[in-house]
Amino acid sequence: MYSLSYVKAKSVKEAAEFVARNPEAKLLAGGMTLIPTLKARLARPTHLVDIASLPELRRVEAKGGQLVIGAGMKHHEVATSAVVKKAIPALAGLAAEIGDPQVRNRGTIGGSLANNDPAADYPAAVLGLGATVVTTKRSIAADDYFQGLFATALEEGEVIVRIEFPVPKRAAYSKFPHPASGYAMAGVFIAQTAGGVRVAVTGAGPGVFRWKEAEAALAKGFKPAAIEGVKLDASGLNTDIHADREYRANLVRVMAKRALAKLSGRK
Amino acid sequence: MAKVTIKVNGKNQTRTVEDRMLLVDFLRDELKLTGTHIGCDTSQCGCCTVHVDGRAVKSCSMLAAQAHGAEVVTIEGLAKKGKLHPIQRAYSECHGLQCGFCTPGMIMATAGLLKDQPNPTEEEIYKGLEGNLCRCTGYINIVKAVKMSARLLRGKAR
Repeated sequence: MYSLSYVKAKSVKEAAEFVARNPEAKLLAGGMTLIPTLKARLARPTHLVDIASLPELRRVEAKGGQLVIGAGMKHHEVATSAVVKKAIPALAGLAAEIGDPQVRNRGTIGGSLANNDPAADYPAAVLGLGATVVTTKRSIAADDYFQGLFATALEEGEVIVRIEFPVPKRAAYSKFPHPASGYAMAGVFIAQTAGGVRVAVTGAGPGVFRWKEAEAALAKGFKPAAIEGVKLDASGLNTDIHADREYRANLVRVMAKRALAKLSGRK
Repeated sequence: MAKVTIKVNGKNQTRTVEDRMLLVDFLRDELKLTGTHIGCDTSQCGCCTVHVDGRAVKSCSMLAAQAHGAEVVTIEGLAKKGKLHPIQRAYSECHGLQCGFCTPGMIMATAGLLKDQPNPTEEEIYKGLEGNLCRCTGYINIVKAVKMSARLLRGKAR
């Protein structure tokens, strides 16, 4: 790791102002991606601004058909929160499957979304549920927030404060984790919401995306069989040593069916 | 430089260290607590697992400065008055190790797992130790040791 200065922020406002003033400063939450990146000398920030334990970022609340999760909530906390389990059990289940126990004890939802790893789990839930990412500057709809490989709508000096999830009628997530890394080779989040069916796919492409053809098919019949024969264009999917794009396209279809199977019998 | 105070195995330790110093280096180099191992240095192997404020974490993926004010327990903090902790005893009796390099991390991860799930199924043990690798692949006896640990802890055995 290159030399840097560690700064513990006293408030979200102070952190946002600090990173706005210091363009080479980086926000630090759980650090589960950032610290390994720094150790590999793949980044060279001047400062790390620690926002992990700020009380403003550490809340979970369900009210008025919404589940609000502070950006500083750790995966383990989301996975075991009675409030999350009651409002959106699929989201608690997703958090329980991220990385490994040690990672879940440190990593945060805000950090995962700010990083937007193309194989991360949370982006699938945020896009699949049509959530809103609330920052120090504005509210960003999930459909506008994710902009491909490690890219988001966040501007310099903008800090994620919380995520607002509309509570769906029902939702499920299924992923095929890479057997060594645990990252999703394909993960599919399906939600039946007031605004219609949403299907979000992570791990398979250069960034999380909606599978619109599956959404249309499921709107007609919300069952695993509806996925059969639905078009999934493999041309934009990832091809690498682990799986080629046609294989990944098939995995997406299988994960979608497994997610739907989890919901069969549940209203 | 950062002035850092961390309560390690029940004792406050204050040092002035580089801001970039990792918690694992603080434990090993500053405090000479070398039971916490560095296996992969890429956050994958879990050999450096310690507890920070009661939760298992990889101390190679956290700065010492981030642990300022926290309570840390390392493998050296488990045995009391020269008597092995029940999890250490179980790993010893079940021979839950081959070369032993991953063992401190495995034991700290086991302690974390059993805090959340005092009576885990085999599947839950696999999941609970997902963050730890044994290069000798001695997993069969490690799983046995976790099961025995759970029995000992539930029975409050000596």
